[in-house]
Order: sequence, then C-alpha cells, then structure tokens
Amino acid sequence: MDTARANRRLVIRLLGGSVLMFGFGFALVPLYDVFCEVTGLNGKITRTGAIETVEADTSRQVRVRLIGINNEGMPWEFSPQQSLLTVNPGEMKQTAFQAYNPTGRSMVAQAIPSVSPGVAAQYLHKVNCFCFNAQPLQAGARADMPLLFVIDKELPPEIHSITLSYTLFDITEAQAADNGSAEPDGGSPI
Amino acid sequence: MSTLDTATDDIGHDHHGPASGIGRWLFTTNHKDIGSLYLWFSLLMFLTGGVMALMIRAELFQPGLQLVEPGFFNQMTTMHGLIMVFGAVMPAFVGLANWMIPMMIGAPDMALPRMNNWSFWILPFAFAILISTLLMEGGAPNFGWTFYAPLSTTYAPPSVTYFIFAIHIMGMSSIMGAINIIATILNMRAPGMTMMKLPMFVWSWLITAFLLIAVMPVLAGVVTMMLMDIHFGTSFFNAAGGGDPVLFQHVFWFFGHPEVYIMILPAFGIISHIIPTFSRKRLFGYASMVYAMASIAILSFLVWAHHMFTVGLPLVGELFFMFATMLIAVPTGVKVFNWVTTMFRGSLTFETPMLFAIAFVVLFTIGGFSGLMLAIAPVDFQYHDTYFVVAHFHYVLVPGAIFAIMAGVYYWLPKWTGHQLNERMGRLHFWLSFIGVNITFFPMHFIGLAGMPRRIPDYALQFADFNMVASIGAFIFGFSQLLFVWNVIQTVRHGEKAQARAWEGAEGLEWEVASPAPYHTFATPPRVD
Repeated sequence: MDTARANRRLVIRLLGGSVLMFGFGFALVPLYDVFCEVTGLNGKITRTGAIETVEADTSRQVRVRLIGINNEGMPWEFSPQQSLLTVNPGEMKQTAFQAYNPTGRSMVAQAIPSVSPGVAAQYLHKVNCFCFNAQPLQAGARADMPLLFVIDKELPPEIHSITLSYTLFDITEAQAADNGSAEPDGGSPI
Repeated sequence: MSTLDTATDDIGHDHHGPASGIGRWLFTTNHKDIGSLYLWFSLLMFLTGGVMALMIRAELFQPGLQLVEPGFFNQMTTMHGLIMVFGAVMPAFVGLANWMIPMMIGAPDMALPRMNNWSFWILPFAFAILISTLLMEGGAPNFGWTFYAPLSTTYAPPSVTYFIFAIHIMGMSSIMGAINIIATILNMRAPGMTMMKLPMFVWSWLITAFLLIAVMPVLAGVVTMMLMDIHFGTSFFNAAGGGDPVLFQHVFWFFGHPEVYIMILPAFGIISHIIPTFSRKRLFGYASMVYAMASIAILSFLVWAHHMFTVGLPLVGELFFMFATMLIAVPTGVKVFNWVTTMFRGSLTFETPMLFAIAFVVLFTIGGFSGLMLAIAPVDFQYHDTYFVVAHFHYVLVPGAIFAIMAGVYYWLPKWTGHQLNERMGRLHFWLSFIGVNITFFPMHFIGLAGMPRRIPDYALQFADFNMVASIGAFIFGFSQLLFVWNVIQTVRHGEKAQARAWEGAEGLEWEVASPAPYHTFATPPRVD
C-alpha cells in the first residue's frame, strides 16, 4: 500500500534524525571546547609553551592574584609562594606553588587552572606550569611547583587585576587505573 | 482493515469491538485504548507527584525541620519534578494526541499502531524503576530534576544509575510516540484535509513532535555521558580529568528549554479548540497561530543559556540570550491576542472546559510575564534559584499545561464516554483549583524576590507567613483534584447521554462521529471540503 511505504520512509528518516541528534549531543562536547578556545571564554588558557622575549611595558602594572584550592577530599597543603604579584605586561614572571603531602602514601595530583576575568585568559601566556602535568608526591614530601608566565602587552587597558586560581584534584586512583597513560576525555587539562 | 467494514461503519459492529479481559489493554493497537491508557497513567503519576508536592509543602508550612529529613526533602523535590514533567504532563498530551489526532484528521488509527502499543507499555516500567529508587539504599535521586553534574555524578546516591535507565526508557517512549504522531499527521489525513486546514491541536502536536525528536536524543546523550562518568572513568563533567561541569548545563538546557515548549505547545492547541467552541466563533487568526507556534519552536533552540546567566557567561552571551528570550514574547503575545480576540463579541458561555481555558489564558500570561522578568539578565542574578523561579514555572505548568489538560479532558470526555459530565462538580473543581493555585504560587513571587532559595527544607523567619499561605493553598489545590478524579470516574460509568456534537458550538471531524466514539472510526476516510 502507498501509505505503508510512505510511513516506512518517514519512520526511517525520523529515526535517522533522532540518531543524528543523539550524536549531536556528544558533538556538543568538542564543539563547546572549540567555541571556548576560539572566543577565549570560560577562562581556559590556550597559549602555552616557549615565547619570544619582548621588552616589558613598564608604564603599566597589573596585579596578579594567585589562589590555590584543594578539591573536596584532597589532603595536600597547597598554596602560592606569593599570593599577590605585580607584573608589567610583557615581563616574564616566575613564581611557584608550594605543595606538601601530609599523608602516609604516595599520591598524584592534577591542578586545574581558571582565570578571572575570563577575557583575560587569552592574554595570559604560560611558558611553563605545574598544571601541564600530573604532579606526583611521595608520602610526607614537599615540593615547589613552578609557574612561569607572561602577560601579553595587548591586555585590554581596563583590566588592572587578574586572578589565577588552581584547584588541586586527587587523581591517584585514576592514574593507577589507567597505568599512567591517561588521556582524559573532553579536552586536555591545560 | 478489510473493505467489508466500510459499508457498516456507522453501525456498532461487535465482531470488531475490543477484546475482553486484561489482554485488551496489554495487546491493544487501538489508538483510543492507548490514548486512555496514557491518560490513566498520567493521572496516576499526577496524583503520585502531587503527594510528593504536598510533603514538600507540609514541611515548608513552618520554618524549622518538622516532618522529614533534609535528605528526603531533596528526594521529594527531585522526584516531584521528574514525575510531573515526564510522567504527568508529557504522557497526558500524548494520550490526548492518541485519542484525538486520528479522529480530527479523519484517519482510522495511528500510522504505526504496534509501535504505539510499545511506546506506552515501556513507560510503566520506566516509572517503576524511577519510583523504586525511593526504597534503595542511599535513597532516590536527590539532585533536583535538572540533575546538574557533579551533584548527579560524583556526589550522587548509587540509585542514580536506575534514574539514568529510567530516563533512557522515557526518552525512547517519547521518540517513538513523536515519530508515530508525525507519520499519522503527514500520511494519514483524509482527502481534502490540507495542512492549513488541520485543527490547531494537530498543528501544535506536529510541531511538538519535531521538537521531541530533536531534543529527547540530546537528553539521552547527556544521561549517557553521566553514566560513562560514573561507571566508565570518562571525564565529561569532571574537572580533574579535563571535563567541565558547565558543559553539563549547556547540553542539559539545550534539551531543557525546548522541553518546556514541548509541555506548553499542545496546551496552546487544546485552548485553541475550546475558546472558539464556547465563543461560538471561528478561531481568530488561524495562520498566525500556526506561524507563532513554529517561531516559538525555532526560537526555543536559541535561548537555552538564559537558565545559566549566573555561571559566568560573557557579556555578549548574556545580551544575546536575553534578547532572544524576550523575542519569544512576541509570538506568544500573538497567540494570547488571538484567543482574546476570538472571545471578543462572541456568544460566550462558561461551561467547565471554558472556565479552565479562560483561566489558562490569564494565568499563563502571568507566568509569561514573570518569565520576561527572569529573562532580564542583570535582575536574574537576584532571581536565580529563588522561589521567584519556582513561582514562574509553576504558573506556566500548573495553570498552564495542567489546566489545559484538564480543560481538554472535560471538553472531550463526552466524546470518549458518551456521557455528559457533572457540570456542577466540574465548576466546583474549577473554582477550588483556580483559588488553590493562586494561593499556592502567587506568594512565591514575593518570597522569591525577598531572597528565599528554592530546594531548601528550612527558611529564615521572615518568609514564614507567605510559606504558610502557600502551603494552605497547596492543600486546597491538591485535595480538590479528588473532585476531578471522582467526576471523571462518574462520567465514565453513567451520566446524561451526550450528543455526537456534545457542545453546541463545537466544530471538527471528531464531533461528526457518535458519542461515545465507536471503537473504529473513519474506516472510510471522510471527505473534507
């Protein structure tokens, strides 16, 4: 019958549509990351690695506040060496975060950064950061975890202060489960 | 359907009547039976969710903790939301669609009757799974019906996995229902029934069905991501692994905002039948109604982030979503204007369905206006997650969607049962509901503006009086629904014999067939001019 054929064709198309939309739901994950990268939203830092040295803009000073937070259940002591830095745009600035593992077992941590205001993220260039890698720490050990960054001279003039916050997550179990070769889903944790 | 039946279509033919016993309901492929199943199921869920709402309101009757543990309170708010959205409102609309769409377009049944059976019968399993979580160790889901990660992943009770499977099953049911409705409307219309002659309820469901197909899979996707985060070590929403909790909100509300229109567009359709009937006039602005619904549906995909104004969106984003949201007021305004204009200089009578329809127009508009207030990004920072939001969405869902469903049930009940309903009891139900709803939800605007947060079992003393008022209203509204149940059961069993055209001004193919509608209608397609 004609209707039966028309029905079958329509059902196949509509089912196809819903399968596509199921896929689209998952496609939103990378799309969302791409969108954040392109627009510099969400305080995600995308500029990393070595940089050409430029002359610092001494006429301008930017306050950089550093914050270290433990995620729930993370027992480490974790804090910045200096909580407030004054930086000239273009100047290479080195600082560090101090970490101490008070527990009786070796642990691995991952720091997740966030920048506020979000628009400043694209002007913050991290040459080296402890957040690039998982940070192992033996039982009772202490470490200074380095951070080397430059603030771009193009930083909009209305921004006078930037907050750079790190949240420390305990990934010991996940590391053990993945045998140290974890490729996290949904984008790399820069 | 054999050709033999066509000659005897108008005569009751027992040899093709319903099967007897429980088998009739388990194996039925008849759109009227399945419609009834959906509607009874929805009523059961409405009462279940209602009991949960009354537990919430009883706890909030006074400040302090009296009746339930905070953890259980959280389970109640979550389950109330989930059951009302997925168990009461959506199945009720699907039930009305099953009953009415084939009769309205002159089709003998739905396009895919066996799939129709299946899409209903998986629902009770979904809700049995969901409700059984209340008895599990760690309790039922307690993270709100919006189940934001990581609350619903890292910090969720173990029953979250059952919740995820229940959502998957509900999603499958909705998608199958939507496919069936689209196939019926596009392929099964009687000759001469062109698209721009479709009854408004049919149009509203055609648009709703496309919305369902577009967004229910996204919901399935987001709960699947949760499942993978919880059990398979992925990090979609886990910041430690490079994921992002805000991503959850984006994906969820990409589903969630069209979902609210899924719950209101069929209501628009129902109201667009009832108001012309009792105004004894044609619906004003048929074409503009269709275009308004279509534009609401399209805009609904572009406004999701207005639920997320406080997550730290950039200014451009806030402005875009603010103005896009406000734009929806334009087509909605067109619809309200058309309903009011249909009544203007009409020969109005105020039977129960009309009372509910008029209350719908007035109270839904109030809910729409509080929605406009919430759309203003800067003030939303104050309103966000307060009782003002609760007041807003209950105004659009209770006197909006639920009143429209009740109006539709009262309106078509004579067609389904062959009996006129008890008009006096219907009006009593209306007035108690109308007064109860407003006593419950209107004070929530004030306590919300004053800063009372939602989903909290205790509150500061200054909110005490309005909370007590709201709780009293909730009990009036809740218990008056028993009148509705009683009235429906009585009308099914006996009552004054209804005419084929049960209401004087009623127009449409469904009023051409006898009341009660024969088990098989329109085996021969009618001719529509």
